[in-house]
Amino acid sequence: MSQTPTELRYTKTHEWLRQEGGEAVFGITWFAQDALGDITYVELPRCGDEVKAGQPFGSIESVKAASDLMSPASGTVIAVNDALENAPETVNADPYGEGWMVRVALPEKAGLPKDLMEAGAYQAHCEKEH
Amino acid sequence: MNTIFEDSVPGRGAHIVEGDPEAVGKTIPESLRRSAPADLPQCSELDVVRHFTRLSRRNFSVDANFYPLGSCTMKYNPKFAEHVASLPGFLGLHPHLAELPGFGAWVQGALSCLFDTERYLCEITGMDAFTLQPMAGANGEFTGVSLMAAYHRSLGRRRTIMLIPDSAHGTNPASAALAGFDVLDVPSEGGLVDPEAVARILSERGEDVAGLMMTCPNTLGLMETHLPAIVEELRKADALLYYDGANMNAILGKMRVGDAGFDVVHLNLHKTFGTPHGGGGPGSGPVGVTARLAPLLPGPRVVKGNDGVYALEEIPGSIGPVAPFHGSFGVILKALAYIMRLGGEGLVRVAEYATLNANYLKKRLETVLDVPYGDLCAHEFVASAPEGLHALDIAKALLDRGIHAPTIYFPLIVKECLMAEPTETESKQTLDEYVDALADIVDRAGKDPAFLPAAPTTLPVSRPDETTAARHLRLTLDMA
Repeated sequence: MSQTPTELRYTKTHEWLRQEGGEAVFGITWFAQDALGDITYVELPRCGDEVKAGQPFGSIESVKAASDLMSPASGTVIAVNDALENAPETVNADPYGEGWMVRVALPEKAGLPKDLMEAGAYQAHCEKEH
Repeated sequence: MNTIFEDSVPGRGAHIVEGDPEAVGKTIPESLRRSAPADLPQCSELDVVRHFTRLSRRNFSVDANFYPLGSCTMKYNPKFAEHVASLPGFLGLHPHLAELPGFGAWVQGALSCLFDTERYLCEITGMDAFTLQPMAGANGEFTGVSLMAAYHRSLGRRRTIMLIPDSAHGTNPASAALAGFDVLDVPSEGGLVDPEAVARILSERGEDVAGLMMTCPNTLGLMETHLPAIVEELRKADALLYYDGANMNAILGKMRVGDAGFDVVHLNLHKTFGTPHGGGGPGSGPVGVTARLAPLLPGPRVVKGNDGVYALEEIPGSIGPVAPFHGSFGVILKALAYIMRLGGEGLVRVAEYATLNANYLKKRLETVLDVPYGDLCAHEFVASAPEGLHALDIAKALLDRGIHAPTIYFPLIVKECLMAEPTETESKQTLDEYVDALADIVDRAGKDPAFLPAAPTTLPVSRPDETTAARHLRLTLDMA
């Protein structure tokens, strides 16, 4: 598994976004799950909730820490990965696949936030934090 | 080792019932009697003594071992303070006695101890008034932020935001949230609270900001050198500044937080003033305030009349009691004994030796661990595990050397963080042993990759499965 897939966009706070037409899927990066260690709990919004770019859309707990999940973009939640409730370890095992968190309907016409990074820039950002 | 229930043998016991047990049982009304016998272990006196003596030998305590737990001030708890708190006049005192009409004369000594402790804490912190009620640090924090909310309410305004630095103790945002505030993170710059970030938030949301909660020196062991600029910004917005007393040990007698511009402070008597904690006893988290917040303090309060007689007085504008009676009275007595025995000079030396010990340890550890922040620290410091090693593994390996693990993975902004606070009560020899132990652990980890993951090997329990414990919470005891 690539640790930083090129088709995704990334936040400074280590969330990823995959755009699929007018929708986007959010999750956390390989770097984030590695830094957190064994994830024990993921709290996600409900379908229909509005999320705002740069604001928390949920929270995540590991054996080391509890952190906010920051929304990479604004939109309306249309699907939530309920499986994480009973199997939060999926985020460790497959952060870009089965470990996805929410699917959001993006508002029409509005583009993605400009501060989202491409894979290369995100990788450089991680190395700086290392 | 078995539990006491596993050692149970039916019919075994060490009690003698006077008279006929059946008849004794019948003296209890039928509606109050058990329908089935209680599920109690059945053991002889010797079984019980051996069981608990064995168990007690597994205790880890400051009395037996070095305990460099960061941000927790696990200093030695002097025994004279225990003696004072165990005096029969204090020990047998009923907390309701002070409230019974005509019984005030019987509690003058106890009330004077509370009154004097408040006065000493005011002198030490530069605050105008204290409440001794809060029974631990978090209880003190909740009291403090409730006082901040009450202050703004008393001026007819609603302030909904509490600012918290990203290096703060986790209890700060928790206390603020519990008191109904929205928590807003303040980013750090070079490990310190950034006054420009505070100014930026206040210029946008100043009318909503109730205050800022700070720890100084902060959790990285650094003095917040931008404090004057931060105080100035907060004053402009009439937002209050809260001092988390977790790190008070570093500044005793050196800096009075009231003089520095703080409006509310909680102290941990069980840390700074040498009373047992962390399983060794209850806490005590008194809260001090400046004059403008004093009318809001929890009541009742101990007052001293012109005739020198102590009495309890209700406060009309009080936020109400935050603990039963006068808080952890025994702990307050131990802290008072500690303050009086050390005196002003002794308390200053506490801060000096705590800081000296931490800096000595930090300097010596620079060749063993990654020490990221600054030249000098206060009473504690953070370090990172060397590249490729995990803080958790190093902490576990220290247990095999009879040394308590330092605080790990806190604060969150430091990678693979190990945070140590040696305190003033440890000798140079102990500090050197700690450095040698860490150096040896890191050295062995480099030579043998299997060494660290196997540690600890000498303890009754090696590595509890924290992940499963957190993922499958079971908060009830199933006795079956």
